[in-house]
Amino acid sequence: MALVGRSVPRPDGPAKVTGRARYVDDVAVPGTLVGATLRSTVARGRLRGIAKDPSFDWTGLTVVTAENVPANVVALIEEDQPVLAADDVRHAGEPLALVAGEDGLRVQRALQHLRADIEPLPPVLTVADALSRSAQIYGSDNVFRTVHIAKGDAAAAIAACPVQLSGTYTTPHQEHVYLEPQGVLAHWDEDGGAHVLSSCQCPYYIHKGIKRTFGLTDERVDVTQAVTGGGFGGKEEYPTILALHALLLAKASGRPVKMIYDRKEDIEATTKRHPSSVSITSGCDRDGTLRAASIRIVLDGGAYVTLSPVVLSRGALHAAGAYRWEHVAIEAQAVATNTPPNGAFRGFGAPQTIWAMERHMDRIARTLRLDPLLLREKNLLRVGDTTPTGQFLKESVGVARCVEEAKKASRWEERRASPAPAASGMFRLPPPGAVTARKARGVGASVYLHGAGFTGSGELAHRARIAVDLLADPQTGRARFRVRGGSTDIGQGTETVFRQIAAEALWVSMDRVEFATPSTAAVPDSGPTVASRTVMIVGGVLEAAARSLFAQIEGERQQKGGSFEDAARRLLAAHGTVTVEREYEPPPGLAWDDATYRGDAYPVYGWGCAIAEVEVDLDTFETSVLGLWSAHDVGRAIHPTNCKGQIEGGLLQAIGWALQENLVMREGRVVNARLTDYVIPTILDAPRFTTLLVEDPFSRGPGGGAKGLGEIPMDGGAPAVAAAVEHATGIVCDDLPLLPETLFALSKETRR
Amino acid sequence: MNVRFVLNGRPAAVDAPPSSRLLDVLRGALGLTGTKEGCGEGECGSCTVLLDGAPVNACLVLFGQVEGRAVTTVEGLGDPEHLSPLQEAFVKEGGAQCGICTPGFLVSAEALLAAIPQPGETDIREALAGNLCRCTGYQRIVEAVRAAAKERTSREPG
Repeated sequence: MALVGRSVPRPDGPAKVTGRARYVDDVAVPGTLVGATLRSTVARGRLRGIAKDPSFDWTGLTVVTAENVPANVVALIEEDQPVLAADDVRHAGEPLALVAGEDGLRVQRALQHLRADIEPLPPVLTVADALSRSAQIYGSDNVFRTVHIAKGDAAAAIAACPVQLSGTYTTPHQEHVYLEPQGVLAHWDEDGGAHVLSSCQCPYYIHKGIKRTFGLTDERVDVTQAVTGGGFGGKEEYPTILALHALLLAKASGRPVKMIYDRKEDIEATTKRHPSSVSITSGCDRDGTLRAASIRIVLDGGAYVTLSPVVLSRGALHAAGAYRWEHVAIEAQAVATNTPPNGAFRGFGAPQTIWAMERHMDRIARTLRLDPLLLREKNLLRVGDTTPTGQFLKESVGVARCVEEAKKASRWEERRASPAPAASGMFRLPPPGAVTARKARGVGASVYLHGAGFTGSGELAHRARIAVDLLADPQTGRARFRVRGGSTDIGQGTETVFRQIAAEALWVSMDRVEFATPSTAAVPDSGPTVASRTVMIVGGVLEAAARSLFAQIEGERQQKGGSFEDAARRLLAAHGTVTVEREYEPPPGLAWDDATYRGDAYPVYGWGCAIAEVEVDLDTFETSVLGLWSAHDVGRAIHPTNCKGQIEGGLLQAIGWALQENLVMREGRVVNARLTDYVIPTILDAPRFTTLLVEDPFSRGPGGGAKGLGEIPMDGGAPAVAAAVEHATGIVCDDLPLLPETLFALSKETRR
Repeated sequence: MNVRFVLNGRPAAVDAPPSSRLLDVLRGALGLTGTKEGCGEGECGSCTVLLDGAPVNACLVLFGQVEGRAVTTVEGLGDPEHLSPLQEAFVKEGGAQCGICTPGFLVSAEALLAAIPQPGETDIREALAGNLCRCTGYQRIVEAVRAAAKERTSREPG
């Protein structure tokens, strides 16, 4: 059979390449109204009231405000965020009221005739203001959460080191730019049941939010995932509030309501990657042996808690990078500001802290005049080492091989040796009067890890459940199989790999296994589609369920004879559809203490090495990435082409973050909420990728050892690019993005 | 106003305001939802269609402008049972992930292969520079177009 490990054509492919796949905006239900949102234009204030302009014709229009919301909270980690602002306005773009009507244009006009009376208050717009408590906007100290991690005595160990270095590294917002903006279609049935079709990653998050806000029981709420045009974390938590809005309008109007954001609203209002500032002080030997690090992390959480505590946690847990440290002290804080709430985005805090650690490694290499990759190789984590939380790494640490393979493929030594500027540590402008464009080339590297699955006890708390059915094909009567779970395919290929895993365990061809559309009324809760957990955690549960169903059929065969098909048919005749449901079982010996941040932070880690070659134009300071060689330890590649697609897509998202994506906020408002001026990489900006898969299997991973891989490529792209720019030009940039104007300004400091 | 044009090889007449966006007429009155809206301002290329064989953003074309002309959408390239070489290659090579940008890429690539049957990598990248994809990193898309070009040549008789 050997389905696992083969790049089979993705089963959702034909519908997608012919335009037949139905995304939420492609679904037309007669009688549907168009819904839209009135948003705050101020960052902080007191909402005194919302008035309808009496001169406007409101016939046929439905208006909803906070007083129409049964329980005005969005159920996430905390319940601090209202569905619609009631008294306090905490960020620009905050939803204040909703309007629905037959005609989209009239609905837009109506929004302009709703007058929100807001008494402005001085906003807290920066992390510095939040920490100095220029105003109190959350709790007593404007801090959502603080995380401490300690191993040994970092301060004392650093003080004893011959080489002590410090640096501060920052990263900005990043917008997801899934190409399909957020959208939802909602209606209520005659019995008061809520129905939602959503472009989303996590139908059960929305399910929970609806139950809470409308006071409904489980079975009265049905959330179905539409074909989803990308997510990257942006459709993790945000779709809940959008679904609540559409349901409020549907309830008030008695009609189905569709809400589709345009790009501008999507960029202005939905979550972003948390901006970060990370300060590292390290101590090491003169030969580059790392000894101790003290790391302070601050994330800008925005106006509401959303997922900031867990983003912070993951960021802190990755802050020491892929290296061995005897002593580590990490202090991390997520703070509140009056800016749109930041939330989940591929990597979930890790790209920020890895950026800092990788730039810091380059600082050490620069100071000690060591090859940056040799310095890294010297200090890589290996099986038998322990992480900052005291986790003993007992298997699947393929990082050394990743470095080796990426180095070899990129001809690192050769490329590293060629350009001149970095060697002298100096940047030189072209001579005056030079007519030919001057360009400098360089290569840089990064090494990184990513914990797969939920942090700490998360998987145990969630207990992913998934079901496999044996059912009769309605046409042929032949046995068929069906996978049911809440895990969604948002483009990354869940349907493909789940069908591969199940078919392989059942010893049948893939076309006999279907993937049920995730719908809370029909599938068990396999947890959210986040945290690089879908293949590794949920796929593992699925494999166990499919094997158990196979054993059941095989048992029947051995007892009463005939073929596998005969046995399946007998079971179907006797029981109708046969279902096996399985629940996540944590690997034995896994231990985590949330109170002390000690123990096994993740079941296992993915590992990676990225090497970028850039060309910097010395007149315009534009940077092009020419080549990107990477090797990632994925445990086991269930679908190599999909793996490569995830890695290349993630690396390019990181390159965009590194070089060009630049969200500009003024007074807490996004001023460049368009693809014209929030620019993501085009095919001409993308490098040629050489993508290598390393397989160091995880004993508990499905398909012979698969680990999570969705997020890890996002961790490595930016530091590799910055290191390459440094190699090419001598310019050291520790703050993203590396815009031409930033590099130009730094070049003047670098010139001597 | 009744606008007459050729849609995916067949004559069509639609009564819609000539000032409507072509994108809205395709997705609305004609029910051809394969053409997607990603930005509404001609940046992302998700709504790319062919107008007399040339790729255009349907969000920037007024419906009245297609009078007497030929419009090709993704639905005109092939159906799930009869995929075109390009469509097949996108499925096989991993050119489509979330799929929302895919129709636009296919339409642009179709125009490329019509003009340059054996494109080089630079030809491919330049022809697809008006289409944004956030999933793939574009490498698999380049591979898919290359594979399709090869397949198309081998399918041609003689």
